[in-house]
Amino acid sequence: METVTLTIKNQPELYLEADNITPDAFAGKKAEEIAALHVYIGREQHQLGDFFEVSGGAGATPEETKVVVNGDLSRVKYIGMKMTGGEVVVNSNADMYVGAWMQGGKITVNGNVDAFAGTGMKGGEIVVNGNAGNYLGAAYRGDWRGMADGKITVAGNAGSDLGTFMNGGEIVIGGDVDVHVATHAEGGKIVIKGNAKSRLGGQMVGGEIYVLGNIDVMMPGFAYREDVDIEMDGIKGRFALYEGDLGERHRKRKGQLIYAKLYQQIGA
Amino acid sequence: MTKTVTDVICPFCGTLCDDLEVVVSDDGKELFEVYNACAIGAEKFLHSQAKDRITRPRMRQEDGSWKEISYDEAIEYTARMLADAKKPLMYGWSSTNCEAQAVGSEIGEAVGAVMDNTATVCHGTSLIAVQDIGIPSCTLGEVKNRADRILFWGCNPAHAHPRHMSRYSIFPRGFFTGKGHAGRKMIVVDPRPTDTASLADIHLQIEQGHDYELLDALRVAFKGEQLPDFVGGIPKAKIYEVAETLKSGRFAIIFFGMGVTQSIGKNHNIDAAIAVTRDLNEYTKAAIMPMRGHYNVTGSGQVWGWLFGFPYAVDLSRGFARYNPGETTSNDLLRRDEVDAVFVLGSDPGAHFPFSSVKKIYNLPSVAIDPHETPTTEVCKVHVPVAFVGVEVGGCAYRMDNVPIETRKVVEAPEGMMTDEEFLSRVLARVKEIKGV
Repeated sequence: METVTLTIKNQPELYLEADNITPDAFAGKKAEEIAALHVYIGREQHQLGDFFEVSGGAGATPEETKVVVNGDLSRVKYIGMKMTGGEVVVNSNADMYVGAWMQGGKITVNGNVDAFAGTGMKGGEIVVNGNAGNYLGAAYRGDWRGMADGKITVAGNAGSDLGTFMNGGEIVIGGDVDVHVATHAEGGKIVIKGNAKSRLGGQMVGGEIYVLGNIDVMMPGFAYREDVDIEMDGIKGRFALYEGDLGERHRKRKGQLIYAKLYQQIGA
Repeated sequence: MTKTVTDVICPFCGTLCDDLEVVVSDDGKELFEVYNACAIGAEKFLHSQAKDRITRPRMRQEDGSWKEISYDEAIEYTARMLADAKKPLMYGWSSTNCEAQAVGSEIGEAVGAVMDNTATVCHGTSLIAVQDIGIPSCTLGEVKNRADRILFWGCNPAHAHPRHMSRYSIFPRGFFTGKGHAGRKMIVVDPRPTDTASLADIHLQIEQGHDYELLDALRVAFKGEQLPDFVGGIPKAKIYEVAETLKSGRFAIIFFGMGVTQSIGKNHNIDAAIAVTRDLNEYTKAAIMPMRGHYNVTGSGQVWGWLFGFPYAVDLSRGFARYNPGETTSNDLLRRDEVDAVFVLGSDPGAHFPFSSVKKIYNLPSVAIDPHETPTTEVCKVHVPVAFVGVEVGGCAYRMDNVPIETRKVVEAPEGMMTDEEFLSRVLARVKEIKGV
């Protein structure tokens, strides 16, 4: 695997829209060609090389390309957008839309990400070793088909609107989450290792939520069913199982309504 | 001598009353009396006659004082500011006519601006919900003639839309609502005992911030499923009772306002309220309608809807329309330093935005187009006073139910004053010159 290293040298006056920072855009290109790729500040078009020091070279295909981005990237949007393979390592905080509409490959962010990371994700993996903002792994505005597949792991906390309209895939949050988790979700799995506030599974049709900590307010549409023992992916213990959202439409299987499941840990 | 102009449209709130009578001088230069309007609407007409009205553009000087400038100079400043900016914000658009909004949109396209209207701090969240799950709505005429279950959720029309209840929702006797108020059941959901709530048959005094839960509980109740003992402080027996009241009506209508659109949950609250309406349609006829504030905020959503495909927070900077509230909304742009110039027309962000956002406007090149002196004009570099739309110039406006109504000119603007549309057309022409297109 070939490695391209980008180091930010000039901070943009406003924000940089860098949807070209992906293994897909870099594949088969030399450092100079990569430096000539477009970035945008508002309506102005610039080159990647105006803001980044580019070294190394890309592999022939996205899968053979690793991109390492260094320096303060808190004003850079769209890193790893729509990537299909390869690897991106961000050694800083990153702004909005990290890995949005991602289809494959892996993104590691050694810092925090702002809102809309993993929007409409279809595959691949995002690892955030800091905190995530709002709308992590959510659907794009107006789209009723959210995250379809892939995995998002956040070591710290996540904001609100996590996994809205989620259809598949997995999101694991190491810390706490803000309001609205898996709203409108039809599938997929969300694990929250810390505490949750309220509005978990509102209007949820299918899928699973696991909460290891507290839930401030349970949705009235979720009804307690039974206690169950669970052992999976390093999680082990006794959980209370709730089903819902009773107010929402649900699919039927063998004449039975299939509800979304919410598990809350109640013992070791 | 005086003459009376009848059937005048009121350019204040989204109710867009169309039965005002205005007394003006024979030469049409002075306005004396306004009949049928609410106190706020009447004041808007009378304010056009203020003796201390600003009638020429002004530019802020280094020492903080104002200097009068010509319209030409104001047009030059505005066009330069917009053409030089990498990503200007063009905000407001709710208190002007659709014609001016259309010209403004052309400027926005030419300079790559972010176009945003007052929905951004108002019913924008409703628009997100509509995009997510659709909306079963109706016109106010249908409400007047058919609705017998009226639910006001997080809104207070007694003060914000003073003639709404008397013209459309509670008191009028319509075709199938001959008994007026007596034939209707009125439900109010509000954490406070408001003047609207005092008229209600049922007031659900919900704990603040539990609207989403209560709406979800109503959906559970419609299906006859079990509820927890209390939801948002409301006992479950009451929730079943309200669900039954709504189901038993011939036509239910939900009106909602800032209490749900701008409290925790925002678009999700409206999403759930629309789902409640949809569920109700399995038992009876039901509709839902946002209580739009400014008289033509609905119109700006319409104009941008047909021009760009999105009703607010439209980012044109890359030459095509992008829309993502949370990123392209005014306060997020200002808070994050994403814009480098601010143009305001037909709104008062200085009064309605968080102080941190207003400070950002103060630090940027900025122009405010407004007939009044407002907190916004106080923080902007240039203030351009214009004629009052709906008083001194006509034009199209959209009522809260998306019905377009042509407003009327009833009195002359002070000598030499421009209208929004004239000013914007001149700015557009100058922007095109600067850009060489």
